[in-house]
Amino acid sequence: MNPQWLAVRAGGARGGVEFRQSLTNAQDLWNQLFFPIVAVVVMFFLRGSTVPGTNFSIGSMAIPSMLGMTVAFNGLLGVATMLTVEREDGTLLRAKAIPNGMLGYLVSKVVTVSGQTVFGLVIILIPGLLLFHGLAVTAGSLVILVGVSVLGLIATLPIGAIIGSMLSSPRNLGLAMLPIMGLVAISGIFYPITAMPDWLQAVAQVFPIYWLALGMRSALLPENMVAVEIGESWRHLEMIGVLGVWAVIGYFVAPIVLRRMARRESGSSVAARREKAMQRIT
Amino acid sequence: MTGVRELSEPTRNPEAPDGTAIEVHDLRMRYGSVDVLNGVEFTAYRGEVLALLGPNGAGKTTTIEILEGFRMRSAGDVSVLGVDPAHGKESWRARLGIVLQSWRDHGKWRVAELLGHLGRYYAAYSTPERRRPHDVDELISRVGLEEHASKKVSMLSGGQRRRLDVAIGIVGRPEVLFLDEPTAGFDPHARREFHDLVHRLSDLEDTTILLTTHDLDEAEKLADRILILAGGRILANGSADALAKQVSGQAEVRWSRHGELFVHSTEDATGFVRELFAQYGEEIADLEVRRASLEDTYMTLVHEFESGRSEAAAQTFEGVTR
Repeated sequence: MNPQWLAVRAGGARGGVEFRQSLTNAQDLWNQLFFPIVAVVVMFFLRGSTVPGTNFSIGSMAIPSMLGMTVAFNGLLGVATMLTVEREDGTLLRAKAIPNGMLGYLVSKVVTVSGQTVFGLVIILIPGLLLFHGLAVTAGSLVILVGVSVLGLIATLPIGAIIGSMLSSPRNLGLAMLPIMGLVAISGIFYPITAMPDWLQAVAQVFPIYWLALGMRSALLPENMVAVEIGESWRHLEMIGVLGVWAVIGYFVAPIVLRRMARRESGSSVAARREKAMQRIT
Repeated sequence: MTGVRELSEPTRNPEAPDGTAIEVHDLRMRYGSVDVLNGVEFTAYRGEVLALLGPNGAGKTTTIEILEGFRMRSAGDVSVLGVDPAHGKESWRARLGIVLQSWRDHGKWRVAELLGHLGRYYAAYSTPERRRPHDVDELISRVGLEEHASKKVSMLSGGQRRRLDVAIGIVGRPEVLFLDEPTAGFDPHARREFHDLVHRLSDLEDTTILLTTHDLDEAEKLADRILILAGGRILANGSADALAKQVSGQAEVRWSRHGELFVHSTEDATGFVRELFAQYGEEIADLEVRRASLEDTYMTLVHEFESGRSEAAAQTFEGVTR
């Protein structure tokens, strides 16, 4: 059998194993559940407030936006976290030491993160549908939801891989976390973006988070809610365009950055990082 | 050519031209303005076990990482299984084994699960002579982890983890195996078992093994040939016995006569003892002849090098061997 194909299949299986491990491990599960639960609870208490100019609940509007944010978080931070942690602990070096191991490794990350994204979406979607009123779920909305999720992962995974390759250690993840949290704040997740100053709206529209949230809102909110969006439109074509540009950038840059990062890995570089990490602990 | 090379006494296939597994010629490595490797030369023959000895910072790890294809060299010719590691394809990588020092990677994986997974990548490179990968159960029993096969990796003790590292290194049934300080942190029992494993690998599987170590006793027990690396050069190259003879020709003879102890250093121990018996016959008791140990040899060489006489040390050595 073709060795590359074999490695892709092994990577797929590896992704499955790691996804299963993340669901059967209290620590990982807590990390995954903490933020969605807090957000859903907060939104639940905000369900009485309405979006200005409508009688639609702010909490209900935030549910689809949070779905978009979940996709972006997993694609950007999920991958970046795994890459930095597994580079430090030597997982990546092991992948490098076996034939086609890096190919299998990357495939496994895509599978693991996709699984975790689906899990994260379900965690929000189920209470969202049960506890919040006004969400319009149709066959069409499910198609859009799946489509936006897939497109979102395609656009954000390579960017996450680039971030993970450039950070020197997991303790620097905050460097990536901070700007992403900033983007969440201005991307109209918890409040309509049209309430923001124009220049902030412009900034938010450069990045994928706003578009992912918009796409999810277009899937789950009633048609008349389009009134509070920019240009009073769901702008599907623009969404595909912006996410597509990010995807293209990612697929050109990520392989270069990943290769450069992987090339530097060796037993002594892992040992040096281990030493550094141990000094911090003790 | 340097005399160091002539010292080599390959135990297997010394004549066979295609019996070469690793060939290093004038290898140089420079970081900034520091020369770490300064013209390293050696050859490893198929099935041979080579130990790379040297003080910290001598360039052992750098050398091994260049051979593994993990590090680019500054200059020189290197070939592993007939391929330049700098341009090794995945099919080349499939024939190598690298024992890495693990820390906490794959902590959530179970031992058998992990070995089974990592072995899958080698299946495409299986040949009739060399079935790849290893059968997982057989591999686990070979490194003595039977009772821990379904344990999580994070639950293993330090020694067990190192044995798992070895198992991962050989899961693809490598033709060349690299081990960088394989027994650091082993207890004496684990060390003995590891030594048996290495012997079996080189005997049964015809695996060429290059290991670095600080443990001179280990090098002596494991290696067919020992390379001493200091200051970025191979100072000595030969079996432990050959090295001891070359560096310190003196042997120590101890005996007792009428309850009195005697000690004498000589270059020709056999001749001295013969005369001793000729002279005193039955009166001689408690006879003991001690050759210089590898430790003595190593200390002499490294000391000479470190006291700034590296050139002289290398020269003397060449002189002796010629």
